[in-house]
Amino acid sequence: MNDSTVVASAISRSYKHGFVTSILSDTIPEGIDEGVIRLISSKKREPEFMLAWRLAAYRHWLGMIEPHWSSVRYPPIDYQGISYYSSPFADNQDSIALEDVDPALLATYEKLGIPLDERLSLAGVAVDAVFDSVSVATTHQKKLAQLGILFCSMSEALREHGALVQRHLGSVVPSGDNFFAALNAAVFSDGTFCYIPPGVRCPMELSTYFRINAARTGQFERTLIIADQNSYVSYLEGCTAPQRDRHQLHAAVVELIAMEGAEIKYSTVQNWYPGDAEGRGGIYNFVTKRGECRGDRSRISWTQVETGSAITWKYPSVILRGEGASGRFHSVALTNHHQQADTGTKMIHIGRHTSSTILSKGISAGQGHNAYRGLVKVLAGAQGARNHTQCDSLLLGAHCSAHTYPCIEVKNHSAKVEHEATTSRISEEQLFYCQQRGLASEAAVSLIVNGFCQDVLRELPMEFSVEARKLLEVNLEGSVG
Amino acid sequence: MNILEVRNLHVSVMNKPILRGLELHLKPGEVHAIMGPNGSGKSTLANVLAGRGDYQVTAGEILYQGQELLSMAPEDRARAGLFLAFQNPVEIPGVSNVRLLKEAFNAHQRYRRLPEMDAMAFRAYLNERTKSLELSEDWLLRPVNAGFSGGEKKRNELLQMMVLEPHLAILDEIDSGLDIDALAKVAAGINALRDTKRSMLLITHYPRLLEQVPPDKVHVLIGGQIVLCGGLDLAGQLEERGYGWLF
Ligand SMILES: Nc1ncnc2c1ncn2[C@@H]1O[C@H](COP(=O)(O)OP(=O)(O)O)[C@@H](O)[C@H]1O
Ligand SMILES: [Mg+2]
Repeated sequence: MNDSTVVASAISRSYKHGFVTSILSDTIPEGIDEGVIRLISSKKREPEFMLAWRLAAYRHWLGMIEPHWSSVRYPPIDYQGISYYSSPFADNQDSIALEDVDPALLATYEKLGIPLDERLSLAGVAVDAVFDSVSVATTHQKKLAQLGILFCSMSEALREHGALVQRHLGSVVPSGDNFFAALNAAVFSDGTFCYIPPGVRCPMELSTYFRINAARTGQFERTLIIADQNSYVSYLEGCTAPQRDRHQLHAAVVELIAMEGAEIKYSTVQNWYPGDAEGRGGIYNFVTKRGECRGDRSRISWTQVETGSAITWKYPSVILRGEGASGRFHSVALTNHHQQADTGTKMIHIGRHTSSTILSKGISAGQGHNAYRGLVKVLAGAQGARNHTQCDSLLLGAHCSAHTYPCIEVKNHSAKVEHEATTSRISEEQLFYCQQRGLASEAAVSLIVNGFCQDVLRELPMEFSVEARKLLEVNLEGSVG
Repeated sequence: MNILEVRNLHVSVMNKPILRGLELHLKPGEVHAIMGPNGSGKSTLANVLAGRGDYQVTAGEILYQGQELLSMAPEDRARAGLFLAFQNPVEIPGVSNVRLLKEAFNAHQRYRRLPEMDAMAFRAYLNERTKSLELSEDWLLRPVNAGFSGGEKKRNELLQMMVLEPHLAILDEIDSGLDIDALAKVAAGINALRDTKRSMLLITHYPRLLEQVPPDKVHVLIGGQIVLCGGLDLAGQLEERGYGWLF
């Protein structure tokens, strides 16, 4: 068997999370206007300031045009053909005791490997489960509250900690930041809120599990994490969606704020439905993620493993404001069949002696299209700033592509910025070597790809790096002829 | 029964004939050496036996343990006990030696319907086997062959052979690039693996290795054919006189 047939047969994928949960839902009619925004706001019984904020964002959005500077290509999105709110709960019922949750919903999370019953859950991981537009359960809240840690859905945060949310919401990603962020600000329905008080080291991984279930809906969640002085938190998000023929839009916003001496580790394992082998269906994932190292010596790291979605458009970034702050971005993006990914990061050096590290691993298979897009910007005041960027692309097969678009702007002469990039094809020699040791060709492909991603995978918390490895394997699997 | 029978083997690479009617018969427990000048087709033979693509077998047949070898997938040949120590072992960045070894070992176990070993048990199994190679502490955690010197790569091939315990080992220039001390260690490792059931094919240019691992037979491969067979003395003769007189 030659190289290309081994690779082609080893990478055909099966999506294991493609099932649909049959559940009665409260889904509002498709389309967007001010009435819809008022309706969402009232369903969530939010404080007054939120409605004003949403409407301002909506009016701003109306005047914006969808950006097309990235390398992804897709037919026009019909924003009037999407339902902007879908809840598995009855109207006006925005939280519910776990005992009263529809068993079908609990079964969904069990099936996904995320039991919401605290007794069954992974030790050391607290989960906020978001189903379509609402958070259905948040585990371990009481235990965390004893340390003063707030970990709850955004809806709950708006009701219970309105002032804190109001102070920080939009302070890193303003409501009019970009087209998709503005849309999110107008219609976002839920998401996760975390606050870690000064000096507290969060004793468990915090995580949000996003699930899109309803058809023809979009998911627009918003996450805000605030790490106060000298605190530490590690946070993870996971996501899946049913297999459907129509594309579905996911436009999320994540804001991270690290105060003096604080550290936030944010990890993503993204496995949205990628569409079928012909490119039908799949999630359009247009996400704005940005962190601000506001205080001196604060640290933010983004680690992402992107294996799903028909289109991935995201650039988790760090604004390095505090002196000696550090930002890191570690990424694995796998595109197979007709998947497209345009992803990367922005590191904005404002403070003195700030440093950033970028490590990007792109894997393209089938007719996948994979682009790294990065910006390293060193402002005039960022004396002694440092950046190291490494972008590696691995091609499996002859019909996929990989591109690198690095952009570097340096306004301070003491800054040191390094960029390295490589592109390679999975080698027939490596495959044969593994096969000669007894590995089936698909196990060989998976091993080699895993090795290629190793430096990123080891950044993930233990439990999730195992999951990420499996996911890469599944997304590369297929029958070998 | 012969463990390996190669009959009238003709192989082309990109339509260029390389092997032209090669014959080879190996009994269980026998060690044969194949010598020959550069480009005579030694590695081609090794690669065809292991099932590498890009080689067209235009005539002949190969029986391994009485089974038609050419119709077997490369991984099945490996699991059935055919091992190739590569002339130029490839680097696999990010994959640790222990990971490849464990996956390979367990693939063999599954094939033999034996239980797989978990990480702990496998480490113990490895430690038993690797002492003699005097590998450094971090060896198993280093990526496969990445940044290894020529000699280290060869020792790594031998380590894999020790772990997988093949029935037929083809060692393609396992001695090249080794200094005297390293050669002695590798030779000792090969001798330790020699037993009445395990057969080996030693491909080499030099008699040095053969002096330390005395073969049962020496074959001279020139122009895609075995032109001469003999004992260890033949290897010495070749060192003195070169290959010229055989053309
Ligand atoms: N993969 C290959 N592609 C092209 N030519 C090859 C390949 N493998 C071997 N050859 C050619 O076949 C001949 C024999 O090579 P090889 O078997 O490597 O010889 P040896 O191992 O005896 O030095 C050489 O002429 C070599 O150039
Ligand atoms: Mg050779």
